[in-house]
Amino acid sequence: MCEAAGDDGGCGAGTAPERRRRAPAHSHPRPCVKCGQGSAALIIRLGDAFCRVCFREYFVHKFRAMLGKNRVIFPGEKVLLALSGGPASSAMLRQVQEGLSRETAKRLRFIPGLVYIDEGAVRGQSAAQREQSLARMETLLQATGFPYHLAHLEQALELPASILRPGPGGSGKPSPSYKDAVEGFIQQQRQEGDGDGDTLVPGLGTRDTPVGPPAAPRLPPATRTQELLRLFEAVETPTAREELLQMLRTHLILQTARTRGYTKVMTGESCTRVAIKLLTNLALGRGAFLAVDTGFVDNRHGDVMVVRPMRDYMAKEIAFYNHFFDVPTVIVPPLPTKRREKPSVHRLMERFLLGLQEDFPSTISTVYRYGDGREAEAKASSESQRCLLCLCALDIAGEEELALEPTLIMEEPEPVGNGCCQDTPAAGVESRAAFIPLLCYSCRLTFKELGPLATLPPYVRAEAQRRIRRAELELQSQEVLPEDEEPGKS
Amino acid sequence: MAAPVSLQVEFGGGAELLFDGVKKHQVTLPCQPEPWDIRNLLKWIKQNLLKERPELFMQGESVRPGILVLINDADWELMGELDYKLQDQDNVLFISTLHGG
Ligand SMILES: [Zn+2]
Ligand SMILES: [Zn+2]
Repeated sequence: MCEAAGDDGGCGAGTAPERRRRAPAHSHPRPCVKCGQGSAALIIRLGDAFCRVCFREYFVHKFRAMLGKNRVIFPGEKVLLALSGGPASSAMLRQVQEGLSRETAKRLRFIPGLVYIDEGAVRGQSAAQREQSLARMETLLQATGFPYHLAHLEQALELPASILRPGPGGSGKPSPSYKDAVEGFIQQQRQEGDGDGDTLVPGLGTRDTPVGPPAAPRLPPATRTQELLRLFEAVETPTAREELLQMLRTHLILQTARTRGYTKVMTGESCTRVAIKLLTNLALGRGAFLAVDTGFVDNRHGDVMVVRPMRDYMAKEIAFYNHFFDVPTVIVPPLPTKRREKPSVHRLMERFLLGLQEDFPSTISTVYRYGDGREAEAKASSESQRCLLCLCALDIAGEEELALEPTLIMEEPEPVGNGCCQDTPAAGVESRAAFIPLLCYSCRLTFKELGPLATLPPYVRAEAQRRIRRAELELQSQEVLPEDEEPGKS
Repeated sequence: MAAPVSLQVEFGGGAELLFDGVKKHQVTLPCQPEPWDIRNLLKWIKQNLLKERPELFMQGESVRPGILVLINDADWELMGELDYKLQDQDNVLFISTLHGG
C-alpha cells in the first residue's frame, strides 16, 4: 500500500521548476489517485489527489519510514520530544503516539518524554495569557501519559556554562550498530521487569507527570522576567532576536535532556520550515553549517543527538493532517517587532519562499533537497575550534577576520555588570573584542547586534571567560617570546 | 439574480488572530447579480470581517501564500480555487501555516 507514497521519502517530487497548473472549477469530486475510490480531500506534492484514508496512511507511513531509514534511534532509548504547541511538533507527537500503540511488529520501541518551553515573556503575552497557554499546553501533555517537563525561557538565565560544551561520547567513539542495539534491547526486556528507578538530577524546575489535574502554572519571579526582557530589549535587530530566542530555547531543551537522561531530542521542523531555515542561514552566513542546522541528524552537542523526523512533511500536509484527525495545537504569538523595524531575515525568507512556491510548486522541495545532499561536517576536534554560541566548527579564515574586525572592535571594553551570577567573569577582562575569536562568521554578525555584554545570559559570559582565560594560559605556556607581541589586555 | 448565501467561515492556525481571535463566523452574503465565488467572498471578508492589516491575510485578490483554504473540508485546489461557486450552507476554512512550530 505504500508505493504511491514514494520510496525516496522526499517531501516533494519534481526537479524542474514546473509552473503550477490550476484545476478547473467544479472538478470535484475527483477520485483519489491511490485507491481510486474515495473522493479526494487534498492535493499533496505535485498534483496527487489523495482521499482522507490514503492520506492518513501516507502520513503515518512516512514517519516510520523516516526513522527506519535513518536508524539512529535505538529501542529502549529515552527520546525527548521538543514541543512548541505548533502544528508540526503536535503532529510529531501524534505520530509517536500512533507508533507506540501499533501491533508489535511495527511498533516504535523508544521511550518518549516531552518538553515544552514557555516563551510567553518575549512573545508579548501578559501573565494571564501565559498562564492560559501554559495550562492548555499542560493539559495536552498530561493527556499523553508520557513524562513531561515544562520550562520557562527565563530559566535560560540559570543555565550552566557547560551547556556550551559538547558532552562526552557522541562524536568520538563509534556508537553501537543498530542491529546490536536491537538485540541488546530484546535481551534486556526479557531479563528485567520494570525497574525504572528514575534518578533525577536536580536541574530545571520541571515536572514529571504529576498525578491529578495540572496545578495552576507557576510563572517565574517577575525579576527574572524583567532580566530576560532586558536582554531581548537590548538586541538591536529582529533577526538577532530570532537567533537569540532559538539559541536559548535549544539550550534549555538540551539541558532538560542532559539532566533527565535523554540521549535523543526530536524537533518538529517541517520540510517547509527546513527550506526557510536553509535560505535564512545562507543569508546569515551559515552556509557551511547547512547539514547540521537542517539535516535529519544534528550531532553538535556530542552526548545528545537532535533529530528532525518531520522534515519530509510539507507544512500543508501537516495542517491538513491536524485538521482531519483533530490534533490539538496551541497557538503562540510571533515575536513582536518594534515600530519601524524591518522584519527579520527569517520572516522575509518565509514570505519570499512561500510566494515562489505559489507559482512554482517544486520550489520548497528543491531547496530542501539541496540541503539534503550535503554532508554533515560538524566535526571539530577540540572545543577551542567550536563556536561559542552555535557549537559548529569555527570557519573563520584570516582574511575574513580582518574584514570583519573593524566594525566589531570599535567598542570600548565594557564595565563589568553587577556580579550577581555564578562564576561571573573576573573584573576588567570582559571586552567585546575578546569574544570575537570564539565565534563563527555568522555568530559574529549576530553577536554584533546582541547589545551590551552586561545583558547577555550569564552562562554565555561565563563560558566565554573560561575560554578566553584558557587561550591566554595556552599562549603563555607555549612560548618564551623573543620580542614583545600584543600583551594581554589589562 | 442569485439568492442570499449563508456560509460558515472559519479561521485556524493563527489566522483567527486577525479576526479578533474569533474562529467561527456565521456569514450571510447579500443578493447580487452574479453568483458568489471565493474571489468575491475574499473581497467581502476584507471589507466586512478583516479590520486591520489586510496584507497579513490577503495578497492581490487571493489569500496570502502560506494560508490554506478548505471548502467543505476539502482542499480548494480540488475545487477551482478562486472560481469555486459558493452554495448555501458551504463551510469555508482558512488555515494559516505561517511561522508555525
Ligand atoms: Zn484513497
Ligand atoms: Zn556560531
